[in-house]
Amino acid sequence: MATITTDGVATPQPSGPQARAATSTTPLVLLVGNPNTGKTTLFNRLTGQNARIGNYPGVTVERRSGSSRLDGNRLVEVVDLPGTYSLSARSAEEQIALWAVLGQGQYRAPDLCVFVADASQLSRNLYLALQLAELGLPLVIALNMIDEAGANPPNPEAIERLLGVPCVTVSARRGSGMSALLGTLERALADKPTPRLKVAYPPALLADADRLAAALPAPLRDTPERARAMALWALTSIEEDDELTEIDPELRRATLELRRTSARDLDQEVIAARYAYIDEHLPELYKRLDRHPRKRRLSERADRVLLHPVWGFTLFMLVMLVVFQSLFSWSDPAISLIEDAFAWLRSGITAQLPAGIFRDFLTQGILSGLGNVLVFLPQILLLFFFIGLLEDSGYMARVAYLMDRIMKALGLHGRAFVPMLSGFACAVPAILATRTMERQRDRLLTMLVIPLMTCSARLPVYTLIIAALFPPSRVFGFVPVQGLLMVGMYGFATVMTLLSAGVLGRTVVKGRRIPLILELPPYRLPSLRGTLKMMWERATVFLKEAGTMILACTVALWVLLSFPRAPAPVTTTTAPVAAANADHPAPVARVESPIAQSYGGKLGHAIEPALRPLGFDWKIGVGLIGAFAAREVFVATLGLVYGIDASDDDASPLRDRLRAETRPDGKPAYTPLMGLSLLIFFAVSCQCMSTLAAVKRETKSYKWPAFMFAYMTGLAYLLSFTVFQVGRLLGF
Amino acid sequence: MLLSEIQTGHVVQIVSIAGQSSFRRRLMELGLVPGTRVELVRVAPLGDPVELLVRGASLSIRKAEAGVIEVVQAAAAPAENAVPKSVALAPDLGV
Repeated sequence: MATITTDGVATPQPSGPQARAATSTTPLVLLVGNPNTGKTTLFNRLTGQNARIGNYPGVTVERRSGSSRLDGNRLVEVVDLPGTYSLSARSAEEQIALWAVLGQGQYRAPDLCVFVADASQLSRNLYLALQLAELGLPLVIALNMIDEAGANPPNPEAIERLLGVPCVTVSARRGSGMSALLGTLERALADKPTPRLKVAYPPALLADADRLAAALPAPLRDTPERARAMALWALTSIEEDDELTEIDPELRRATLELRRTSARDLDQEVIAARYAYIDEHLPELYKRLDRHPRKRRLSERADRVLLHPVWGFTLFMLVMLVVFQSLFSWSDPAISLIEDAFAWLRSGITAQLPAGIFRDFLTQGILSGLGNVLVFLPQILLLFFFIGLLEDSGYMARVAYLMDRIMKALGLHGRAFVPMLSGFACAVPAILATRTMERQRDRLLTMLVIPLMTCSARLPVYTLIIAALFPPSRVFGFVPVQGLLMVGMYGFATVMTLLSAGVLGRTVVKGRRIPLILELPPYRLPSLRGTLKMMWERATVFLKEAGTMILACTVALWVLLSFPRAPAPVTTTTAPVAAANADHPAPVARVESPIAQSYGGKLGHAIEPALRPLGFDWKIGVGLIGAFAAREVFVATLGLVYGIDASDDDASPLRDRLRAETRPDGKPAYTPLMGLSLLIFFAVSCQCMSTLAAVKRETKSYKWPAFMFAYMTGLAYLLSFTVFQVGRLLGF
Repeated sequence: MLLSEIQTGHVVQIVSIAGQSSFRRRLMELGLVPGTRVELVRVAPLGDPVELLVRGASLSIRKAEAGVIEVVQAAAAPAENAVPKSVALAPDLGV
């Protein structure tokens, strides 16, 4: 597990090569800025390989930190704050920015803030800069993307004059201006340049602010300027139903009282005064005023095609098809390679070691577990490769723009589209991809419904059940029943996803729906370097955090399905968990398979009464237990129960066996009705430990994976029960 | 008139924003304060959301929310490359 700095920030990582040096006395530099200003690119430039991902205390927002050496070899810790348009906040996530710059709560106070601004969007960017300046924090302005600002860039000296703090022009993407920035940071850490500026607020507002300032806790009003700025922050943040944390009760009470009794529009007074200041001084910052910078004009021309009702949608479909196809089939060779490598390792170890528990533990527990983890890597890397390109180029915002109408109907954010689409290939990378959404509510809701999409691991199961239990006949003489069922399963899963999103979004997932405000950033050439770095980060986080859980679950399932060990002479059989990734040797068919005598087999027998109303017997029950490793393992597990070699590539012997299975009275044990019940169970139930591990990683809690398991499996049980019982009443 | 009622390509000035307080605050913080010039650039192919050009940035909001923003026909655009000293309210600098 990566160390999560629970005590706030500067805790050095106890292990790993990055651990060197950063201690609580290392100067702390925060990068603050709007989204899409190249903050993370600048962070990567500053920290190079010395970056790590942690988590902000109490919220599921990742905290990116690293160390950097300034001129004169001075070491500083750099933290990349989440991009924000304003310090005012209504949720705990948005509150991070203010709490971090002030060093409130569990955060260490920064020695310097670097405001990263997009040089071609200064008007909007300056709003946040003013808020930082009003707090009187030591500040340096990094005027980023200066190479894109066109023929009339803002003048850094004029910005220095306006805000009273150093301003450096940089291009983080190209790496230009970095040495000047490092030099400025070095000097600023010594000088602590504090901004001085006076926004002309209405006198009545200032009187309100000064009265409210008396209610501030002492550390927040150490200077009159900061007290006033904090009072204005409270006025534009604290509400009856906000989701802020650690707000002083007296401050909350006083703010609500003031908002309630004031007849004036306080929000507007504060914000309009700041923009009036910006508008008044903006002309000073330029040699001349272009109405639109060149980049915006180019983007606008591109959008005429890319957002066009016909061409735009055609292109969009093509892009999404490529993303989907890559996850669904282009990742196959890499996945097969990983599976083959593990099969080779397994057979190698089997040949070298004497038979016994230790060998089985190694090959069927540990190796299978590692295989179960690594097998997700190709899809994760591919998906984040595309996400990196889409985000970096500015197209991801257009995806959200184009799909918002549809996603809105589900109560989901437009940005949920790519994760949901990925869910058709595999829920694990799709769940990791939810982090492209800013709000916790949007992420959580999307995560909870993604596993309902028909992922590729369900296909071998569907194929087996449909082929074994449904006749190859045709409806209306030409529509094959089996094909129709397969299409029907996709349709059924999609309907279930929509319904669940609608219900969960109104009940379980708390948080008010906030109206969409989506920025469409100018198109930029994506940076391969940044994309590769993100792929690497996502992959390592997955391996370290979700991987350990998947490994542990695999071992646990191996124990469950292999113990107590069957008495000799038992030929070597591969445990079902291992079979997920292995070309395993064919076990000799026998009447009573070892798996039937295992704890898992006993558990299958034990839950049979509960499964009967769904039409399942204990053998299916054991298959369901095994399928928890991954859905397609159902096929191999059921094969083991019957003592038949059944890989998901060729399940025909098992198919024939299922058809031939009879009840004591001689009737077929498995009917099409039971098959339908089983199909529905697999469509809805949460038969995937890796999905749960991914949700655990992304929500940083056991609560949500537990809820996900309960709601999906409960719903599956209910639906299968209904289908089987109603079907029987109807005489099927 | 309301922002949801204007035609694509038209430029208007914000008069006031109604609606949920956190939403109107966020819009104002993005620069849509009274007096700011806003161009309705386009409507998304499926009819929602709409794309606005504000202070040189493209922002999208849904039609329902555009329906709580009161606007007026914009005063004549300030000439290109000129410092607008005399425009009433906040000048749109488009940068």
